Amino acid sequence: MAIASWTLQTLGSLGDYCMMIFQVLWISIRRPPQWRLIRDQMYEIGVLSLPVVAITGFSTGMVLAAQSFFQLSDKGLASATGLMVTKAMMVELGPVLTAFMVTGRVGAAMCAELGTMRVTEQIDAMRSMAVDPLRYLVAPRFIAGTIVLPLLTVFSCIMGVAGGYLIAVDYYNMPSNSFLDPLPLHITTFDFISGIVKAFIFGIIIITISCYRGMTTRGGAAGVGRATTNSVVICYSVILISNFLITIGLNNSHEFIVQLLDYWF
Amino acid sequence: MIIVRNLWKRYGKLQVLKGLELDVNDGETVVILGRSGVGKSVLLRQLIGIEKPDDGYVEVNGIRVTHINLNANVEVMRHMGMLFQSSALFDSMPIGDNVSFYLKQHYPKLSPEEVKERVSHALDLVGLAGTEEKMPSDLSGGMRKRAALARVIVYRPSLILYDEPTTGLDPITAMQINELINKTKKELNATSIVVTHDMRSALEVGDRLAFHHEGKILHIAPKDEFLKIDDPLLHAFFKNASVSMSEGLTNG
Repeated sequence: MAIASWTLQTLGSLGDYCMMIFQVLWISIRRPPQWRLIRDQMYEIGVLSLPVVAITGFSTGMVLAAQSFFQLSDKGLASATGLMVTKAMMVELGPVLTAFMVTGRVGAAMCAELGTMRVTEQIDAMRSMAVDPLRYLVAPRFIAGTIVLPLLTVFSCIMGVAGGYLIAVDYYNMPSNSFLDPLPLHITTFDFISGIVKAFIFGIIIITISCYRGMTTRGGAAGVGRATTNSVVICYSVILISNFLITIGLNNSHEFIVQLLDYWF
Repeated sequence: MIIVRNLWKRYGKLQVLKGLELDVNDGETVVILGRSGVGKSVLLRQLIGIEKPDDGYVEVNGIRVTHINLNANVEVMRHMGMLFQSSALFDSMPIGDNVSFYLKQHYPKLSPEEVKERVSHALDLVGLAGTEEKMPSDLSGGMRKRAALARVIVYRPSLILYDEPTTGLDPITAMQINELINKTKKELNATSIVVTHDMRSALEVGDRLAFHHEGKILHIAPKDEFLKIDDPLLHAFFKNASVSMSEGLTNG
């Protein structure tokens, strides 16, 4: 009985969540929110996340380079260090780590802010003034998040490669051209597209889950705390699961995407 | 004219409204009394369209507000305003932005000078002139209620709903809020519905009083007649209310 009730409740929440995504998409296309609101969110999600994304990307790049060089040099494969760092950052670690950082810094704050607004009747007050909270509060965050996440991911990758270069060249005395020369040959547009597609989808996941949990918060201050923790845990889990699914999907569509890219460019 | 017919609302297993009916005439103030948790605030939420009832309807000036998408119908909502129990000021915005919020959202062509003038006038009316730059957290509970009222009266609605306007306030501040409700009614010639369990407030602002019990309006009458109604439930409510009134007087 309890399992049936839980299943029904979860399915109901999932339905509400999907409905919210469709409504926000519809609003973003048909009646986009004011540019001022989108700009403020781009600053909040993007610019203010730059330091933490830089630190994460840079340190991950350094660790990757250190491990790659250490593990590969005795097998005569040290020249693959640059390629490993760059590939790993572009297709996997850049998008995932950036999404994790944004979830922790922005998603949690977003959920807590909307949750507080919900329990203190501010969202109801907005509705009573004929202002749609989805258009005023969620759509600007949604648009800003989906634009900014890919940009932050590119920034994270650049920082990661820079960190890797620093360790490989300055610490392990690897020749600079050994690190950089393989990159143009083996890093493809497909790798870049993979990272960007993942970042875009992670952006949608982070913003919609955080906003949905915030907008449906109940139970005062304790409820806000619960909703925030819950949204962060769900975001992390969904990002990891969807990362696997997107990777499989993109790899299986590799030929098709490459043909499409060749056709376009 | 507000007409409420056969209004039903359920939350999970709890049936809150059970076929509630109510008529409110233009320009009058109806106070809805009742114990905590009987669904008085729920009724206001149906009236202003924040929530949809399970059954029944609310008609405001001939328009069934329960049957339209209020977000899409700004023109209907323009005539309604609500003062929330918690004030519900947007705590990330200064008071000036809170009060001008409606105008900036729905009248983008208004000049900044005009918006500023209307905000100043509304704040002046509630006795908060010069607080435009203050944040809601800088204000006391009573001031926050007044600022929230300024946010409503800035767009001059013809129907104002008050959810527990004096709850949590000391007797003197509560009296100021009551005076403000009467002043706002006079200034805007607005119809008002006040939900409260504060008898003193009810007698000061109400033209008619209604008693909400178990999801229905049990009694509604002009205030002099209301006090004479012979009903044990009402007597019990009056008795408790007079105890709190006398406690308020002693504390005040």
